[in-house]
Amino acid sequence: MRVRRALVAVLVAVAAAASAQVAYKRAWPTLAADGLHDPASPALAILQEPSEALSALPPDFAGNLVNWMASLDGGYIKPRSTVLADTRVTLRSTDVLLKRTGELPLVVFPHRQHTAWLDCTNCHDQLFQQKAGGTMINMFLILQGEKCGVCHGAVAFPLTECARCHSVARGSDAEKTFRNLVRE
Amino acid sequence: MTGAAARWRALVAVAAVVAVAAIDATPAAAEYGDVVINRRAERGGVRPVVFPHWFHRIRFRCKVCHSELGFRMRAGANDVLMADVIDGKFCGMCHNGQTAWGAEQCDLCHSGKPGTPPGIQGGNETRGPGRW
Ligand code: HEC
Ligand code: HEC
Ligand code: HEC
Ligand code: HEC
Ligand code: HEC
Ligand code: HEC
Repeated sequence: MRVRRALVAVLVAVAAAASAQVAYKRAWPTLAADGLHDPASPALAILQEPSEALSALPPDFAGNLVNWMASLDGGYIKPRSTVLADTRVTLRSTDVLLKRTGELPLVVFPHRQHTAWLDCTNCHDQLFQQKAGGTMINMFLILQGEKCGVCHGAVAFPLTECARCHSVARGSDAEKTFRNLVRE
Repeated sequence: MTGAAARWRALVAVAAVVAVAAIDATPAAAEYGDVVINRRAERGGVRPVVFPHWFHRIRFRCKVCHSELGFRMRAGANDVLMADVIDGKFCGMCHNGQTAWGAEQCDLCHSGKPGTPPGIQGGNETRGPGRW
């Protein structure tokens, strides 16, 4: 028990240290030196450098070093929701409390933030049941790139940011405001 | 597997990933979320395709590509032919000279370093979804 608690503490510290280090620099690789683009490609003179676009957006400590939620909610970016004429946009605003977190703080899954970017069908019912507590989710699956890990760790903020998902302390007022694991 | 054993195993996995991510956070890494598409490109004699999520998500929400236009959310899961792109499918649904510049701008999509394997790239990834 004590060993496990120590391990969790170490993990959180390492994750925090890793993030702090990146945030301090807030430097993006240049296209020519990112190991991905061909430095000999004529496109490099035309393509936009990440630093040019991303440095203007609210900062973050990991991933693209951009807080994408703040960028969207603050109106820094205005990404289109549709390109075809008759697509229906669906939104939802409930928060779901996920309690099987061992000794870590509980996880809150917020629908508002997710449906701002995503469609219901990106998650339901392939990844998750439409029933609070109905889906088997755990950290092992997530780290394998399943469940939340389909996006987090690939495109949305990475898994080193434990506290952003594990955000509600056990026994806190925030936990008590959830009725039946769901909060409007 | 008992609950305690499962949790232990998960913690060890988390530890490994955090350690890898911390070591991996070198500035030479590709931008987070970049996807290389290279099932056919190099065999067809052109550079691999580099798709930047950061650039596109400033302009489009995920649902546009992954719901409306039907891109599957798994690197390599979309079997894209150049003929499809020219026909207005996949990238060609926007890269048609209207929503964005068209398919004649070969180099802008085919900009990858020769030999780069397909998959998701970027510093903090989990080696999860992009792993084959
Ligand atoms: C990013 C993934 C994701 C998206 C997008 C998403 N959901 Fe969910 N949804 C979840 C998760 C995770 C749960 C919790 C599942 C559990 O507890 O087992 C959930 C739970 C639910 C529930 C039961 C809890 C509640 O809020 O009453 C309903 C109903 C639901 N979703 C409907 C929707 C609808 C409608 C949409 C689209 C407008 C949507 N969801 C979009 C992931 C998502
Ligand atoms: C993208 C969101 C997310 C991130 C980031 C995240 N977790 Fe989790 N974690 C979850 C969810 C969801 C569960 C399962 C909760 C449930 O099913 O009730 C979970 C469960 C756990 C559990 C319980 C045991 C198990 O195997 O499921 C532990 C321990 C845990 N996480 C540790 C961590 C640590 C340490 C980090 C940071 C390195 C982290 N998590 C980052 C979402 C996340
Ligand atoms: C289909 C993709 C997808 C899945 C699956 C997914 N997320 Fe997310 N999540 C996103 C995106 C996109 C954002 C926006 C922020 C970003 O990109 O970094 C986000 C943001 C969040 C935020 C931050 C909200 C804020 O206000 O800053 C939390 C917390 C979160 N996700 C938790 C979870 C948990 C827990 C799960 C699994 C139960 C999950 N997500 C599954 C795509 C996803
Ligand atoms: C909008 C982006 C885009 C543009 C512009 C583009 N391509 Fe492609 N091309 C792709 C994608 C995506 C693939 C699929 C790559 C794969 O799966 O390996 C592809 C595949 C190919 C292939 C592999 C064989 C095949 O038939 O699929 C060839 C050859 C090719 N492109 C040539 C070209 C040429 C020549 C041009 C300019 C006239 C061009 N491409 C412009 C995105 C683009
Ligand atoms: C302009 C179109 C477009 C937009 C917008 C877009 N994506 Fe993607 N996405 C793609 C393409 C193309 C691929 C690669 C598919 C392939 O390799 O077959 C991909 C792949 C992915 C993958 C798979 C990665 C892996 O490891 O397998 C995930 C997860 C993903 N996208 C999530 C998102 C999220 C979350 C958003 C919104 C923040 C988003 N995408 C916005 C086009 C888009
Ligand atoms: C939802 C519409 C949409 C889809 C689908 C789409 N793109 Fe784009 N893409 C755009 C727009 C809009 C631009 C910006 C055009 C401009 O600046 O004139 C762009 C720009 C780009 C750029 C140039 C980025 C820069 O630095 O200037 C590349 C490379 C690119 N797209 C590749 C792709 C590839 C490869 C695919 C398919 C896998 C794809 N796109 C699918 C809309 C899209």
